Amino acid sequence: MTTTAGEIDLRGDEPLYTPPEERIPFRSVDPADAWPLIGAGLSSLCLTWLIYERLTPLTGTIGFGIAWYATFLLIAWFVARANHDKLRARDQVVRIVMWSGGLALIVPLVAILGYIVLKGYHALHASFFTKDERFVGSLDKGTSGGARHAIIGTLEQVGIAMCISVPLGITTALYLNEIGGRLARPVRTIVDAMSALPSIVAGLFIYTSFVVVINHGQQNGLAGGLALAVMMLPTVTRTSEIVLRLVPGGLREAGLALGATDWRTTRNVVLPTARTGLVTAVILGLARVIGETAPLLLTIGGSRFVNWNVFKGQQSSLVLFVYNIFHTQTTAEQWKRGWTGALVLILLVLVLFVTARVIGGRGPAHIGRIKRWRLARKGLA
Amino acid sequence: MTVLDARPIADAGDVPLRVVVRRNPADRVYRGVARGGGVATLTLMGFIGGFLLLRSFHVLNARGFAFLTEKRWLAAQNGPFGIAAVLPLTFEIAIVAIVIAVPVATVAALFLTEYAPRRVRRLLTSLVDLLAAVPSLIYGLWGLFYLQPHLVHVSKWLSDHLGFIPFFHVQNGTALSAFTSSTFIAGVVVSLMVVPVCTTVMREVFAQAPQGEKEGALALGATKWGVVRTVVLPFGRGGMIGGTMLGLGRALGETIAVTFIISPFFQPRASILANGTHSISALIALNFSESVSNPTARDGLIAAGLALFVVTLGVNAIASTIVARSRSGASTEI
Repeated sequence: MTTTAGEIDLRGDEPLYTPPEERIPFRSVDPADAWPLIGAGLSSLCLTWLIYERLTPLTGTIGFGIAWYATFLLIAWFVARANHDKLRARDQVVRIVMWSGGLALIVPLVAILGYIVLKGYHALHASFFTKDERFVGSLDKGTSGGARHAIIGTLEQVGIAMCISVPLGITTALYLNEIGGRLARPVRTIVDAMSALPSIVAGLFIYTSFVVVINHGQQNGLAGGLALAVMMLPTVTRTSEIVLRLVPGGLREAGLALGATDWRTTRNVVLPTARTGLVTAVILGLARVIGETAPLLLTIGGSRFVNWNVFKGQQSSLVLFVYNIFHTQTTAEQWKRGWTGALVLILLVLVLFVTARVIGGRGPAHIGRIKRWRLARKGLA
Repeated sequence: MTVLDARPIADAGDVPLRVVVRRNPADRVYRGVARGGGVATLTLMGFIGGFLLLRSFHVLNARGFAFLTEKRWLAAQNGPFGIAAVLPLTFEIAIVAIVIAVPVATVAALFLTEYAPRRVRRLLTSLVDLLAAVPSLIYGLWGLFYLQPHLVHVSKWLSDHLGFIPFFHVQNGTALSAFTSSTFIAGVVVSLMVVPVCTTVMREVFAQAPQGEKEGALALGATKWGVVRTVVLPFGRGGMIGGTMLGLGRALGETIAVTFIISPFFQPRASILANGTHSISALIALNFSESVSNPTARDGLIAAGLALFVVTLGVNAIASTIVARSRSGASTEI
């Protein structure tokens, strides 16, 4: 027997009344849910404060934060459950957790940057860049002396590292991506393994090979540069390889079809197309090694005055300068110089990083202002 | 010019043509140089292990098995030394870091691939890279001066209320100073450095989750969480394991931040909250300057470095194999 429209089938297993189907929202933020969330936040804050500060003998800001978050999730679940079915309530609570995962990325960064800036700006004067630590004693003021020797050392060592690892890294990436062969797979595996090489092991390697064998136990800036090069090589290689892989195969084939050799194709098609990406690879490598302390601890020796010569005599570096101050000095007055060093360091990293992103954000074969001018002079654009 | 030289070999019926590629000199030089770069990178890694082994061989030979069973490190005083204490403590710090970092990184990676508004997705992704580029020195300073004074309260709370668990048991744990410089605090600081590494790997794998299956789950009425739970997470399991292992490798080798936080201690123990811990990299960093003049002490540290090198290499080899395998599964999507 069939039921016709308007008639209710009383024999079926289905309930007599099914609620209208709800549309499941997929927006990342649903405005309708915002008010209950704010309410849940406020009520959980009050509840946590009552329990945490008044009813139980608990202390500490982090503990309070954890308790608040747990209470917040609980109340948010109850609110969601009151308004929706179980599935949708679970979805909402998970969404809150996911958003807090995003926050967990931002909060430490902001906290660290803010803390270093607050601590470091006191002793940030012009003299920090023009003086060294030659005449600084442990009773001097935190603003006396500066880090000129350390900044010079950092620039020289990072320069050496760049001169070695950029050509080698890009050549290796070209080998992996353009030429290939039986060795490509082991090389790729090794590069991956090297990118996770503990930095102190890189320092030990340069110490045992370069400092002891070639330099007769003398630590100098060149050894530091070599150690940084070992750290920088895998970053440059991996990032360059990814960038080269993004060059469309059609461009390469077009070059070859025009009768160009492999080398001409690479030089005139692949490398210019990947140029911005390669610059990004280099800058990311720089940002990685500029903050490396452990390898330098073993290789450059440390110095309190300016030494331009990387081949002779010990050198300092910005990271080692900061490390030594916090490791050997005991007063907050002396630490001021260290905080300023940390601030300069993190600013350097930030500048390098933002530059890398701005350049990397351009599309492949982007024609910049200088290049456009050069082309215009040749009458090509 | 590349010349394809293709001519029939003999009149022996239908035989495939032999293709001979003759390259011009410039091309041969280019290929040679590029191959040389690859080989140079390969040999460099061999050199690292080789030199460490060469330098530490006589120490390992002289100490023998005792290097693995001795807990103390008195090399600079010409006493016995070994890694039986520092190696387990290194792993303890790394495991604490991983236990904290992996859930955070998983949630953050899911947020970046599934939940974040499209406009901020790119910005947040480069933020993760920036977190990875912040020097470990900075993390160490922040951990020592800002995080530790706050974290000791958490340590004390854990010890007071969950002290019956051996991990959280602290003897004489009445003063807050009994909880400073502990494995737990070092692990929390290292976890901050591990989160971006894990997040990057997991994000890459989650982003490859097959669109067709996600849409299929939606069509069956799944909520967003349902899609994540039934499609994205099972698909990304390999990436999650690989990312975890990669983070573990990074945590094992972390030097400067750990050096700042810890106070040296030479006894492996279950309690992670009590004052005093150690790690191989911190051992090398702290003892190097006083050991340089003493060949045995110096080569002992190099032997410890070799042990760290072998351990991290093993962990990372496993990690990259797992990640590579999970990627190869991506090609089977609809």
